[in-house]
Amino acid sequence: MSNVKKRLFKEKLAKAAMQLSGMLITGCLFFIVGTILYKGLPYLSWEMISQTPQGGFYIGKDGGIFNAILGSLYLATVSTALATLIGIPISIYVHMYVKSGSFLERACKLLFDVLFGIPSIVYGAIAFSIMVWIGIRASLLGGIITITLLTIPIVVRTIDELLKTIPIDLKHVTFSLGSTRWETAKMFLRYIKPGIFTAVLLAFGRAIGDVAGVLLTTGFSDNLPKYIDEPAATLPLAIFFQLSSPIPEVQGRAYASALVLTFIILTIVICTHLLASKQQKHKI
Amino acid sequence: MNWRLIKDKLAQRSFALLLILSIVVILLILVGLVTKSVPLLKAEHLFNILSGSVWSPMKGDFGFLPFIMGTVWVTMVSLVIAVPLCVLASVYLVEYASETLRRLVLPLMNVLAAIPPVLYGVWGVLFVVPILSEYIAPVFGVDTTGYTVFAGGIVLAVMIFPIMISIMVEVLQTIPQELKAASLSLGATKWETITKVILIKAKPGIIAAIVLGVSRAFGETIAVLMVCGNIPQLPKSLFDAGYPLPALIANNFGEMMSIPLYDSALMFAALLLFVLILGFNLISRIILNRLEEKAQ
Repeated sequence: MSNVKKRLFKEKLAKAAMQLSGMLITGCLFFIVGTILYKGLPYLSWEMISQTPQGGFYIGKDGGIFNAILGSLYLATVSTALATLIGIPISIYVHMYVKSGSFLERACKLLFDVLFGIPSIVYGAIAFSIMVWIGIRASLLGGIITITLLTIPIVVRTIDELLKTIPIDLKHVTFSLGSTRWETAKMFLRYIKPGIFTAVLLAFGRAIGDVAGVLLTTGFSDNLPKYIDEPAATLPLAIFFQLSSPIPEVQGRAYASALVLTFIILTIVICTHLLASKQQKHKI
Repeated sequence: MNWRLIKDKLAQRSFALLLILSIVVILLILVGLVTKSVPLLKAEHLFNILSGSVWSPMKGDFGFLPFIMGTVWVTMVSLVIAVPLCVLASVYLVEYASETLRRLVLPLMNVLAAIPPVLYGVWGVLFVVPILSEYIAPVFGVDTTGYTVFAGGIVLAVMIFPIMISIMVEVLQTIPQELKAASLSLGATKWETITKVILIKAKPGIIAAIVLGVSRAFGETIAVLMVCGNIPQLPKSLFDAGYPLPALIANNFGEMMSIPLYDSALMFAALLLFVLILGFNLISRIILNRLEEKAQ
């Protein structure tokens, strides 16, 4: 009998360990957001997010990070738009035009799965050396190109997952009614419309939060980004630079900037979630 | 020809062009990395580069061992922390948790995945580093600033939680109900069923998830750079500072122009990362794709 007791005890122990690790992992999220909230909130002010750095900003004088917020928004918006325009046709092509189950289809899917995992520092390094090679300096344009390359796999993979959820019968029915593949593709796009926004938001979130890719290619500037061939500030980089300062005031601003970035990301995530549940309802 | 067919063909051609273009860009990246690192490889034997432990670009010594070991250390630490936690948590989510809890936790994992690396770095600096230097290191009788491979490993572990959990949960959900029922009806406890049936069956998928986690950890730059100390030395314990490969590239890229072979060396570092991560991803994706086909 003691054997059974031992086994049941083990079962209880294991279950407790599992619950604990589950809680620990979920707790990390609240820990991270909580730490940033706790540290950043005291330093957050309207001035902080509405002004550009004034003279002496980096030794604790007046100013804000509006330049970085705007730069990040520009960068992320343009590169997400580009990545969507390139990514959607690619996934439509792989799904519609390539024979399903063929080598080409598998190879393409594998390629984008793998590309999804390539770290941004590699993209950044190679983009930087190409820029040096053809003689353009760090600029918004360089950043946009790098981030576009980074986000294309995200768009392709997400759209591909969405296309997979469409019942195959729908494809067969439309084909048998005499529509071309392009016409069917257009219908499919309408079908997955809420999902496309999800993909766009995912890509946008990745684009706005990336540092390693923009560190080398976009540079940094205290002015508002006006031209595409000039360096521009980005929010994550602003956090990174301010945090490495020894002056407490500047570090505090780094916490507040981190808080701003957290807000942006959380907004994106909530929108994504709402859209994803809409896509669920959208299903036939 | 019919106008509709022309449109169809037009779409086909242009989409194919986009696909080919994106493949070409990737090939170009690989070719670029290789050509850029050739000068270093010509000057020094590959084996010497990988095993040399002296890094002083001014004198022309490019030993990558400290950086490789830095990366290996933080990755190992993060795996030791993350793998048991993730396996336990995902088994719990699939086998024990109610549908409501699952619906609550899995989206939270997506939130964790969406948090940008720099915020993880900020968290590491504000939370992990002080805790390490003030509470944990003194227990072991070590005096440290907290900027160590241990801190890097902890931050990385949290960063690879989401990808490992989401894949492990997916894999565990494909385990057929009959297998579990058979084991349970023979009188095994749930935990025995998990260790002796479910985990054995799910092993390839779990390994694939771990490998994906490793490749994520390998390439992570900013968060690790912020907490790792960045001293080019061979870390000997958890409480030594380390200097992972991606941090090397990020820290030194702007200033490399004047020193001969320096940019070549950094490109070699990027190439090393690219090849390793490509390999890891390829392995795990192939395993996962096979599993998926089997499940269908």
